[in-house]
Amino acid sequence: MKKHIIRLLPILSIGLAVLLHNEIPNSTLQPQAEKPYFTYFLEILLGLYIICVVVSYVSKAFGEWLITKAPLWAGAVLLLNIINLAFSKYAMLPVLYFPCLDRVFEVFVTDYKLLWECIRSSFRLLAWGWLWGAGLGFITGVGIGFNKKLSYWVSPFTKVIGPIPPTSWSPLVLSLFTTSYHAAIFMIALAVWFPITLMTSSGIQNVQNSYFEAASTLGAKKYYRIVHVGIPAAMPHIFLGVFYATCSSFVTLVTAEMLGCKSGIGWYLNWVKSMMLYSKVYAGLIVLAGICTFVLTLIFKMKDKILVWQKGMIKW
Amino acid sequence: MVGEIKIEHVKKTFTNPDGSEVIALNDVNLDVEPGSFISLIGPSGCGKTTLLRAIAGLDLASEGAIYLDGNQVTEPGYERGYAFQQATLFQWLNIKQNIAFGLKARGVYKKEKDEVDRFIKLVGLEGFEKSYPHQLSGGMCQRASLARALVGHPKVLLLDEPLGALDAFTRMKMQDEILNIWKEHKMTMVMVTHDVDEAVYMSDKIVVMSARPAKVEKVIDIDLSRPRLRGQDAFLKYRTEILEILDFAGHVQEAEYFI
Ligand SMILES: Nc1ncnc2c1ncn2[C@@H]1O[C@H](COP(=O)(O)OP(=O)(O)O)[C@@H](O)[C@H]1O
Ligand SMILES: [Mg+2]
Repeated sequence: MKKHIIRLLPILSIGLAVLLHNEIPNSTLQPQAEKPYFTYFLEILLGLYIICVVVSYVSKAFGEWLITKAPLWAGAVLLLNIINLAFSKYAMLPVLYFPCLDRVFEVFVTDYKLLWECIRSSFRLLAWGWLWGAGLGFITGVGIGFNKKLSYWVSPFTKVIGPIPPTSWSPLVLSLFTTSYHAAIFMIALAVWFPITLMTSSGIQNVQNSYFEAASTLGAKKYYRIVHVGIPAAMPHIFLGVFYATCSSFVTLVTAEMLGCKSGIGWYLNWVKSMMLYSKVYAGLIVLAGICTFVLTLIFKMKDKILVWQKGMIKW
Repeated sequence: MVGEIKIEHVKKTFTNPDGSEVIALNDVNLDVEPGSFISLIGPSGCGKTTLLRAIAGLDLASEGAIYLDGNQVTEPGYERGYAFQQATLFQWLNIKQNIAFGLKARGVYKKEKDEVDRFIKLVGLEGFEKSYPHQLSGGMCQRASLARALVGHPKVLLLDEPLGALDAFTRMKMQDEILNIWKEHKMTMVMVTHDVDEAVYMSDKIVVMSARPAKVEKVIDIDLSRPRLRGQDAFLKYRTEILEILDFAGHVQEAEYFI
């Protein structure tokens, strides 16, 4: 019985938001949207949620999961509802910077093509920069971690270069690379390279020596010990590095796009801000949040897969 | 029969970070017959682990030499298996992968696959092949670690207080399991222990070492038929004899033996 009520919470919350949005007129101070896009958005949410509820009757596991999430989702919609009242209905804050929600959601319809272009462009930059940085960072880290000579010569260099914010290279990098696109990839790669190098090498250097000793008494030669003992034992550290690196790659991506590129979500944000189109700024921020969450979720999924041995909840 | 160890005039000094030197072993001589079970016993900190690691090739002797079947030991090798005091299972591998590690590292896993399953059975870990080390009890980890060291059929198995972390009941069970494996495979066993009962129960010979710098104080042949009874008179006589030597050898050390 209680579970049924919990499952209904998001529907009630969405219903309340729709009701208030339809019944209370938008403030006359707010420029109006062509259509009630916030209502459309809520209706889409409702549709998706009802599908979830239907599935929850088929799959028990999904149902359990849904019940754990339902209050959170209901709360999120309630928050949107309150924001809508504050911004759109009563214009409690300066309307230039706090547009009505109908207009924010309208952007996804009107700027659909451009936003999609920006998302693709940002992803391309991020992916290339990230892959180069992570690959080189991993190689540098493993090299420093296992080779004393390399560590002596290379780690001071990484310690000096690494902490400099990658975007501060932009004056130099923008003139060295022929296109701002390549300059941006370089800066993102730099941002990713440092944390991964640092955490990989320190992770490897901190692996208990007894693991290597055990491996050598079992007949493992040096190369085998590096690949099958040092690197897997350092994996938790390496993933911490990947996490820091990914966060810093977002910062660098947006800044690089704001500085030089002619596309991407950072560029979009900068551009709409300069035209004082704050509804588009919000839409851009929502898209950016989506990109970052998506990438981080991907990274954590990967971590769960690779580090299963760390969790205490594996079933067999 | 293979697995003969000769230890000749082995001396081992360590340099402390402050530059001072510690002599851990001083002129240790010992011959271990192939296929025999010997125990090293001595005061804590006297150099038992150091000697075992020297045989394994993990630390090399500063002077003197160690030979296995006539070949000088210069580096670790799978023919000298080592069971560490802590199980040191690879946390990122499941039990089966842990046990198969050495075979895979040497590129003989395909040929010896069945051995892995056989040893999992032998140490009673069937059904836990897919478990990770953190999911098992200390005793189970210790057994997995034994299986890992044994599966490659080493000529010598070096055991550094392998049962030290276990409770008394598990300990006695594991002693019998180790003896069974030894009986079946007849490799040379060298075990460090601080438990006199364990040493008398399991060994052909007990090597009593003196306090640091360690020397071989006395080698005692245990002339008892197997399986042994812990309560029998002869058993108790050996125990008393060893405790007396230890008491004398380690008079500076605090007593820390299981009686
Ligand atoms: N790596 C090392 N560096 C310096 N001293 C060491 C090192 N390993 C062991 N020792 C010293 O050598 C002596 C013998 O140690 P060990 O062989 O571990 O004794 P135990 O008989 O208890 O196993 C101890 O005094 C110890 O402090
Ligand atoms: Mg020791």
